[in-house]
Amino acid sequence: MQMSMPALETHDMDVLVIGAGGAGLRAAIEARQAGLRTGVVCKSLLGKAHTVMAEGGIAASLGNVWTEDSWRVHFRDTMRGGKMMAHWRMAQIHAQEAPERVLELESWGAVFDRTPDGRIAQRDFGGHRYARLAHVGDRTGLEMVRTLQQRAVSLETEVYMECVILRLLTSDGEVCGALGVWRDSGRFVVFRAKAVVLATGGVGKAFRVTSASWEYTGDGQALALAAGAELADMEFVQFHPTGMVWPPSVAGLLVTEGVRGDGGVLRNSEGRRFMFDYVPAYYAAETADTEAEADRWYADKVNNRRTPDLLPRDEVARAINAEVKAGRGGPHGGVWLDIASRHDATYIRRRLPSMYHQFAELADVDITATAMEVGPTCHYMMGGVRVDPDTGATNLGGLFAAGEVAAGLHGANRLGGNSLGDLLVFGHRAGLAAAARCGEVRALGVLDGSQVGTAIAAALAPFGRDEGENPYSIYSDLQGTMQSLVGIVRTGAELRRGLEEIGALEQRLSQVSVEGNRQFNPGWHLALSLGSLLGVSRCIATAALARTESRGGHTRDDYPDPDPAWGAVNQVVRLEDGELVYRRERVPPMPDDLAALFEAAQ
Amino acid sequence: MSTAEVVLDVWRGDPSGGRFVSYRVPATEGEVVLDVILRLAATQAPDLAVRWNCKAGKCGSCSTEINGRPALACMTRMSTFPPGRTITVAPMRCFPIVRDLVSDVSFNYEVATRIPAFAPRGAEADGTRRIAQVDADRVQELRRCIECFLCQDVCHVIRDHEENKAVFAGPRFMVRLAELDMHPLDTLDRRPLLRGELGIAMCNITKCCTEVCPAGIHITDNAIIPLKERVADAYFDPVAWLGRKIARRLGRGPSRTQVG
Repeated sequence: MQMSMPALETHDMDVLVIGAGGAGLRAAIEARQAGLRTGVVCKSLLGKAHTVMAEGGIAASLGNVWTEDSWRVHFRDTMRGGKMMAHWRMAQIHAQEAPERVLELESWGAVFDRTPDGRIAQRDFGGHRYARLAHVGDRTGLEMVRTLQQRAVSLETEVYMECVILRLLTSDGEVCGALGVWRDSGRFVVFRAKAVVLATGGVGKAFRVTSASWEYTGDGQALALAAGAELADMEFVQFHPTGMVWPPSVAGLLVTEGVRGDGGVLRNSEGRRFMFDYVPAYYAAETADTEAEADRWYADKVNNRRTPDLLPRDEVARAINAEVKAGRGGPHGGVWLDIASRHDATYIRRRLPSMYHQFAELADVDITATAMEVGPTCHYMMGGVRVDPDTGATNLGGLFAAGEVAAGLHGANRLGGNSLGDLLVFGHRAGLAAAARCGEVRALGVLDGSQVGTAIAAALAPFGRDEGENPYSIYSDLQGTMQSLVGIVRTGAELRRGLEEIGALEQRLSQVSVEGNRQFNPGWHLALSLGSLLGVSRCIATAALARTESRGGHTRDDYPDPDPAWGAVNQVVRLEDGELVYRRERVPPMPDDLAALFEAAQ
Repeated sequence: MSTAEVVLDVWRGDPSGGRFVSYRVPATEGEVVLDVILRLAATQAPDLAVRWNCKAGKCGSCSTEINGRPALACMTRMSTFPPGRTITVAPMRCFPIVRDLVSDVSFNYEVATRIPAFAPRGAEADGTRRIAQVDADRVQELRRCIECFLCQDVCHVIRDHEENKAVFAGPRFMVRLAELDMHPLDTLDRRPLLRGELGIAMCNITKCCTEVCPAGIHITDNAIIPLKERVADAYFDPVAWLGRKIARRLGRGPSRTQVG
């Protein structure tokens, strides 16, 4: 390396996985099982990834509760939930392979809730025709992370904890490794690998009211874009309908959809079950229009239609937003989610222990006695790195992506329960494909010292500025911009203003300065992630401004209806000479046998 | 909504030493200690090292000692302190210091590698693995663990006895071992390991671990005591000893494979 600094700590391996949530761990396990030298790098300690916050369950048509269920029904639900914008092949693979991945998790030690005859129980969730979610109370994500973590450790996977990846390194146009920085020491480290799997999750921390954890700063999307990979569907951000709204300290904290899956209903300040007023024509044929039918549906899905409380998340979030705007909200700007009047305390505490604990400890609310006040919270990024549906390969050699960081499975709106399935199914597939690449690539790529050098210089620059911008205030201002101008309901004028403000924040970021030294310095860590946060926010706002229609997670007040022309295209973006370049790509048409599943049901 | 100023004494330092530094920070109704720490970082001490992640009590990252008591900063409400009382925040004492509130918890990850993984028996003829919910319940209580390591921090066997870390795995891993032991499908017998290098005998059931567990796991009653009983049955019960001897004569091995 032609650089005037001491030799960098370097680790060589076959497969490098960036991110240790469900997708990353599952990919790493697959690579290890193939006998490859595999390293996982994670920003936090092992086992703390955002996946632990997932609550409701893993959607998989095991058919343990409803034998009528099958992958075809799951596939259809996923496509319709995504407003037909998903890649049909990913939805098909996901629906077909999720059951196998769930059973595999059980064979690795996960202990799911059981049916009376001892099989894996399944719960109802929004947009799913049948009770389909394998779950562990309302802490399914924790069970999944712990199981995968224990499996990965038993396979002697190398784990590099509390290390932030700053840049993907390329050689001859292919990804050959990554540069990172240890959070504790502030020293830089290079990882060289034949294949790199991105599994870094989403970008929820760009919004003020969010269910996301500290890690969710869009690192993977930004790393991929900078290295030359393409992103897709960036306008589609999911706002989960039910987050806590009070106290402010916990505003945005997730209230699982399992509350409604287990019988909870939404009411406005007049006590009305308002979701009956918001059933879109698209779902009218399969949604109950009386409370009596909706209540009967929980026990008898064959002769009744589903409750509108369990419409897909985009529909419910918009309805709550409209009720609050119309003045029928609660004291803290939410609506009421009531399970207390519908089930006894024992049932609620058994089914929803985390929710019980969370409200009791953080809001002094006993959910077995009173309703919870809830409102929409930024929850999920449907868009992300554009991947090959079968392998998770990006357009860049050596780079794969799986889980929330990737696009394609969820289209314009993700169904609850499909995220955990996504992590397992596509984590597995990306691990397989990365392993296969290792069989084709003989040697590790040659490092380009200038790539390493520029990235290190950029990372250290904030220490060289004495008087500069505080990273915390840039961060807070970005969250304000995204929340108010690029949030759940958008307009062209607001998006344009949002883009101007993001531009101003980018200027401020170029002047950011940090105090102290490099050892475990959260101010510096935040400054390092602001580039990703701002870059991905710009992608979201730009794509949202272009899409002049409302569809799924993307709602435009100035274009309130879906536009069939827009329904036929995904937006794809890449970086060219430092500029974002968008193009529209036709939504891949599905083969006739799959298309018939939709016609038959119409 | 009311806002008041609170006094926070935060331990600042590194492996070479440190001290408590006093800060005055505004706090708003409904907040938790982590809110106030993060506000302190954002406004007065940008390089204050603090580890946190979900801020929802689900990941177990923000373990600290608040007024001397091991606790998650994200689940400790400010309203639990009398107005005007200074609140001290210190890193977990059981582990080496990295900086400020961040400690090096790698001991725990090292112990985890020494525990033989779940080894299930095969599926049933119809491909399923049947478990009754009542059996799942016992395991599920223990799998609620968020690995915050507060139980390790408070455990007097290792808290003030660095040398014991080599011979005692700590409460977190007794929970893990109990969970494996109670798993209806597992086939390994980890009792030799428990009795040996993982050191179950060193716990003298003071229940401090149970008291600090933010997941509400009955660590002592539902994990450690049952494990102690299993070990006692195996090694110190003459009737069981005789039974095993006879079984071995008859060519019937133990139902689980011994490891360790």
